[in-house]
Amino acid sequence: METIIQGKAYVLGKNIDTDQIIPAEHLVYSLSDPDEVVLYGKYALSGVPPAQGGLPEGNIPFINGDEVHSAFTIIIAGPNFGCGSSREHAPFALKIAGVKAIIAESYARIFYRNCVDGGFAVPYESAEHLNQVINTGDELRIDVAANTIENLSSNVTYKLNPLGSVFNIIEAGGIFAYARQENLMAQS
Amino acid sequence: MAQTITQKILAKAANRKFVDAGESVWLNVDILLTHDVCGPPTFDIFKEEFGPDAKVWDPEKVVVLPDHYIFTANEHAHRNIDLLRQFAKEQGLKHYYDVGTERYKGVCHVALAEEGFNLPGTVLFGTDSHTCTSGAFGMFGTGIGNTDAAFILGTGKLWEKVPESIKFIFDGEMPAYLTAKDLILQILGDITTDGATYMAMEFDGEAIFSLPMEERMTLTNMAIEAGGMNGIIAADKIAEEYVKARSNKPYELFQSDADAQYYSTYRYNVRDLEPVVAQPHSPDNRATVRSVAGTKITKSYIGSCTGGKLTDFMMAAKILKGQQVTVTTNIVPATVQVARSLETEQYEGVSLKKIFEDAGCSVALPSCAACLGGPADTVGRSVDKDVVVSTTNRNFPGRMGSKHAGVYLASPLTAAASAITGKLTDPRDFL
Repeated sequence: METIIQGKAYVLGKNIDTDQIIPAEHLVYSLSDPDEVVLYGKYALSGVPPAQGGLPEGNIPFINGDEVHSAFTIIIAGPNFGCGSSREHAPFALKIAGVKAIIAESYARIFYRNCVDGGFAVPYESAEHLNQVINTGDELRIDVAANTIENLSSNVTYKLNPLGSVFNIIEAGGIFAYARQENLMAQS
Repeated sequence: MAQTITQKILAKAANRKFVDAGESVWLNVDILLTHDVCGPPTFDIFKEEFGPDAKVWDPEKVVVLPDHYIFTANEHAHRNIDLLRQFAKEQGLKHYYDVGTERYKGVCHVALAEEGFNLPGTVLFGTDSHTCTSGAFGMFGTGIGNTDAAFILGTGKLWEKVPESIKFIFDGEMPAYLTAKDLILQILGDITTDGATYMAMEFDGEAIFSLPMEERMTLTNMAIEAGGMNGIIAADKIAEEYVKARSNKPYELFQSDADAQYYSTYRYNVRDLEPVVAQPHSPDNRATVRSVAGTKITKSYIGSCTGGKLTDFMMAAKILKGQQVTVTTNIVPATVQVARSLETEQYEGVSLKKIFEDAGCSVALPSCAACLGGPADTVGRSVDKDVVVSTTNRNFPGRMGSKHAGVYLASPLTAAASAITGKLTDPRDFL
């Protein structure tokens, strides 16, 4: 796990469900074939109604045209991020698009588990309403050891909630790596 | 120490006498469920992590029910079915229900119940958020992602945080115009879409235990819509009868202790409640049907694990008999068994299927269909600025296809009454 995560912010509202993160019609592509995997990047966050994507102005696309990577690598969102279906394709799509960390006020359980156990993006929780003070495009810098995020565009630093007991799984790279490290797997 | 029913079931699966809310425990899994959307990537992870020749921990405990993208020309969707078939064959999975054969069942959560996989006191994980449906049988059921499912495939175990519980008590006798769907939408309006995040939602009270199993499943099905880890109803005589008619496997009945601790308790009298909808674009955006009556709709959709069971269609038939719908109305039975029942079950001497066809509805083949939009050629998929009244479970933007459409979640009674008038309509106008 990186000790510093730096990138541009993409700001969203509350209750961003997995259908908005990756619409159901796209769940048919392979998650292992390299030629198809990029399609998950192309359609990441394509279900967000345009006016609600890239706050506060809105109408800022997460992915431009036919590209598969986003210029934005840190998602800032309100409460209940990742609610809805269990599709692991959702954190997978964000990862393929280049997202390294998500900072939301809270998460739905399955999405949170998927982020941690699948080793996709780091799911941070913020104590403050960061999606009201950070603008899409702001340059952000997360200090993993200090549990802080600095907005380099406004020179303001905010506290993040510590990752707690899941930090070890995230640091290991996911549940399989962690289970091997802790000798929890019977096989292999 | 006192425990809730959820704690007791998880304690048993962890080989413990007691588990505390908040602690993480490793659980022995009784059944792992997967389907065509999440099965193939789960199998990929399993092979990558356990080796290309690895065998699943117990081929009797893996249930594979393709149901999401079945009746479509989409080639990628067909490929997913091929991958399920191939894995089931090489692993010798007994419980694979192949598309295009006599074994095909339909929507997994309803099929699990019909096929006798839901056993009180057991632990079910599934690669689908509505796996919580099975909690209606006094068991623990919850949704997980592909990585967690692959971990179970190889080890038969998974870690889980023991949830706190919220109790919902419904007193009184259910009036004919009220359904389980109205009860859960009432709750969602009260606690919102993250009001039960990481918690168990336990349903209790005489109104709950008067409900048939399929109605109880509607309640537990939508626990996830409040963020709940699981929804649960202790198994009673009605549950035991249902289970015994479909399985000869042993099971264990659990009840919450009278002094068990709850995060909070909500108490309702069903006589004080009335038909409600969840307005666009969130399942907690509750309004009484009366207060939004007259809102024009373009489609009515009766189907899915939430609202496509036989009891749902019995309710819809009561309203639709002898009537004509004025908007496109899709009848989508959840399973093959429900579809057959539409032909054999009658209301006032007429089969449900005939009632629907005579009323101008179109009856589709059993699958998840447009509940989650699906490929472009999916039956009932919303287009453009459709305004849909639907018995399904979610109405976030784009859920049923078009992100410009609006979906009103409602009971089968409300969806049927609204189909006749072309406007949101309180079912009491037709009862």
